[in-house]
Amino acid sequence: MRRLATTLGRAMLVVMMAAHVVAPAHADPALDARLKLLEEELRCLVCQNQSLADSNAPLAEDLRREVRELAAAGKSDDEIKQFLVARYGDFVLYRPPVKSTTWLLWFGPLVLLGTGIVVWWQIARRRPRRDAPDGPNADAGANAAADADGGLARARALLDSPPDSSDPRGA
Amino acid sequence: MKALRLRLLLPLAVFVALVALLWAGLSRDPREVPSPLIGKAAPAFTLALLHADGKTFDSSEMKGRVWLLNVWASWCVACRIEHPLLMELSRANVVPVIGLNYKDKRAEGIAWLAEHGDPYQISVVDADGRVGIDWGVYGVPETFVVDKAGVIRFKQIGPVTREALERTILPLVRELEKA
Repeated sequence: MRRLATTLGRAMLVVMMAAHVVAPAHADPALDARLKLLEEELRCLVCQNQSLADSNAPLAEDLRREVRELAAAGKSDDEIKQFLVARYGDFVLYRPPVKSTTWLLWFGPLVLLGTGIVVWWQIARRRPRRDAPDGPNADAGANAAADADGGLARARALLDSPPDSSDPRGA
Repeated sequence: MKALRLRLLLPLAVFVALVALLWAGLSRDPREVPSPLIGKAAPAFTLALLHADGKTFDSSEMKGRVWLLNVWASWCVACRIEHPLLMELSRANVVPVIGLNYKDKRAEGIAWLAEHGDPYQISVVDADGRVGIDWGVYGVPETFVVDKAGVIRFKQIGPVTREALERTILPLVRELEKA
């Protein structure tokens, strides 16, 4: 029993020492939270798909130390980002700044979406309305009108015809 | 009829253009991040010499000369690839090379140079990597070309290759020497 207590005591001591090693040198939860947010916005240059917060690369550790020291010296988030951008370029920022070289990146998807909407609208406008008065065959009529080469009509005829013996699915 | 055919080809044309754009993008090496320091003043440093702990070297001592800063370490495997080229360069005595011994242990750095040869005019010790951060170093080895005014003109990320040396670095050094 006594031996067990000693063992447990030793185990606890080891855990406590380990916890002490892992804990940061200072205890400022507000600063920690701020740095965590900031480091998630910054890219690790060694493992490029990880943020500074997530990366265990030695350079990421050094940069976290640098960021922490700048923050402790009273620098704002923007000043810290500027410090890193001056050394490593915009690449360190996961959120690239809006400038002439990044316009395509920022606005390209919107332009594509807009073009898509315009094209869709034009096609939809030109197509004969489905609720035309000629009943259940209106759909076929509309398709035939849209089908300049008659290819679609032929494809439909093929699909509608019963499978014959040459159909591999029937075998 | 003809106009309609052409319009049907439009999506294909857009697709081909997109493939060309993505192909060009994918064929670039994402590990090579262009340095914002090119064309800017090289960050100044004062660091201890690798071979003489008490003495320091100040980067301003290179003012008026074209020089190379080569970032190396004994733990850096890729540094072994470029090392013979640096040795060649040092024997040819074309341009002084300053070694930045990056995040290394002094004894191991000295032993590494003793084993492989020392191509550096001098090597300085950047034990905690702070000067490396100032120079935007993120992958050792890296090599910078600095002009007479102390402006960074070129950065080689990763080992110096014969091609990079003969096609880019040496012509640039010669051009900068004339200026």
